[in-house]
Amino acid sequence: MITFGSILSSSWPKIFQIISVIVLFFGFYGIAFAAGARIKGKKQNSLAIALFLVPALILVMTGLGIPAIQTFIESFKNADSSKWVGLANYTNAVKDPDIRLAFINTISWVVISPVIVTALGITLATMLNKMKREAFAKSLIFMPMAISFVGGSLIWNLMYAYQEPNRPQTGLVGQIMVWLGFELKHLLLWSPWNNLFLMVVYIWGFTGFGMVILSAAIKGIPTEIEEAAQLDGATGFRLFRTITVPMVRTTIIVVLTTAMVGTLKLFDVIHTMTGGNFKTDVLSNRMFDENFVYLNYGRGSALAVLIFLGVIPITYYNIRSLRQERKH
Amino acid sequence: MSNKGHASNRPFTSPIASMVVTVIAILWTIPTFGLVVTSFRKKEDILSTGWWTAFKNPSFTFDNFRAILFESGGTVGEQGMIPFAINSLAITIPAVLLSVGLGLMAAYALAWIPFRFSDHIFYGLFALQGVPLQLSLLPLLTFFATGVQLFGHTIIPQLHIVGTLASVWLPHTMFGLPLVTYLLHNFVAALPREVMEAARVDGANHFEVFRRIVLPLSVPAIASIAIFQFLWIWNDLLVALVFAGGTDDVAPLTLHLANLGGSLGSHWENVAPAALFSIIIPLIVFFSLQRYFVRGLLAGSVK
Repeated sequence: MITFGSILSSSWPKIFQIISVIVLFFGFYGIAFAAGARIKGKKQNSLAIALFLVPALILVMTGLGIPAIQTFIESFKNADSSKWVGLANYTNAVKDPDIRLAFINTISWVVISPVIVTALGITLATMLNKMKREAFAKSLIFMPMAISFVGGSLIWNLMYAYQEPNRPQTGLVGQIMVWLGFELKHLLLWSPWNNLFLMVVYIWGFTGFGMVILSAAIKGIPTEIEEAAQLDGATGFRLFRTITVPMVRTTIIVVLTTAMVGTLKLFDVIHTMTGGNFKTDVLSNRMFDENFVYLNYGRGSALAVLIFLGVIPITYYNIRSLRQERKH
Repeated sequence: MSNKGHASNRPFTSPIASMVVTVIAILWTIPTFGLVVTSFRKKEDILSTGWWTAFKNPSFTFDNFRAILFESGGTVGEQGMIPFAINSLAITIPAVLLSVGLGLMAAYALAWIPFRFSDHIFYGLFALQGVPLQLSLLPLLTFFATGVQLFGHTIIPQLHIVGTLASVWLPHTMFGLPLVTYLLHNFVAALPREVMEAARVDGANHFEVFRRIVLPLSVPAIASIAIFQFLWIWNDLLVALVFAGGTDDVAPLTLHLANLGGSLGSHWENVAPAALFSIIIPLIVFFSLQRYFVRGLLAGSVK
């Protein structure tokens, strides 16, 4: 039997650590601000930059900037990074059937799930607009956003649970298949459809995001435009197609690209539900396995670079639109 | 965004739309509901029948929760689940504090202190926000163990934090900063110029302007972005696996849960209540502060 007392005594150092971080942070900046407030003239600009901006920059450079360069360099070295191997990691990755499958799976993830998330998101946002109990329905659909993908994966493992056909089913999806008279399958082993069942977890988790963002955009459409269209006789689906969708086009792209980047990096669902087995592997899970299971750093780094290459067009597009926006 | 003067007959506002929305809302809730029901069922019931049959002969129990929280030497670990929740807190709180605190100051510096490379740094940060953290994991782990070497030169010496909580919250702080800074920059840069300039004319320097004007005015933005970060870090698995993978002593709930799901695959009497326990805090945060959370999402996405 564990008591609160024993938990508290073993956790005390951790709680102390939380408190020390808080005290040190506020203590340091408290003193810095008190001292900084006395300084006048030219010097204060440099001091403010040093205290405001430099800590963040150092953390970002050591955490992201320099490591990214190192990974790029590592990707041209062998498994234990002792020798240069040129492009071998990349060419071997393309030749390896397992990694090629991870590629194909990643591409299908990136193509299929963002489209479904966005389509569901805009449909729900439009239907819910001005509906009774809008907030309540939104909360329910949005709730999975607060649940970790690990938690979500276990929740769906339970939905997909499988028992031998002669036993009562414990997974709801399997039970529904039985009720509807389909042949019972172990869903997570049923390749290639198991990829779709994994995507369901992501779609379940992320549709709320699309819905909330698109819903805000729809509420921002000027009423006059909609009324004018309605006077011209546009209703229902035509109004949706000719007014709603074009008016929130930018937001649709935001949701679509955010979901694409999300799926490109997605790891938790695959790692928790299948571990990349049963032909469900994706690049980011494979990258993890290469680095931390097979200890092939060269190849793991090459896969990380490939994920990065997939993100670049989206980042480039975002920077371009940000620059245009800042010019106005 | 105005909420007034909506046309009454909106697209899709029909009985069919209500029905579709209701069906989707129910579909979205059923899986979580199934987990909740399962975690209160007896072990032998969970294994023999589906959770939806539990209402025919209701027999629910708190035993599963008692087992994962207070039974030592159980399948969940010597100390039960609570120490992992404390690890999650000890990772999340410092990371949220540091990323939001340093991010806000950096956002102010980039928005209101004129200096030469200000714009370059801003775009650089925005670009780094797109870098997948997969690219940084291994070098950063090596850096914690041996320091930073670039082209044979030691740039940063070794930090003795491997296997500590700091080796988990520090990466979270680093990875979160670009996005947090960008989002807060959107907000801080939009503060009225006249207010800032009036304070400067009165002789306030950057430290005073930040403390007396920017900080109080940014409270709503800080709240929404802090909640966002909280959920993001609490729910993370990848960073935890890489930086806390070696030891249960610093493993957060998600990591422990992923291990349980793997090793105890069919032991739903343990896995279900453990999963429910791990999502309770984020769900409380989410439902009590939903409004701020949504505002944070919108700040990042709707231009």
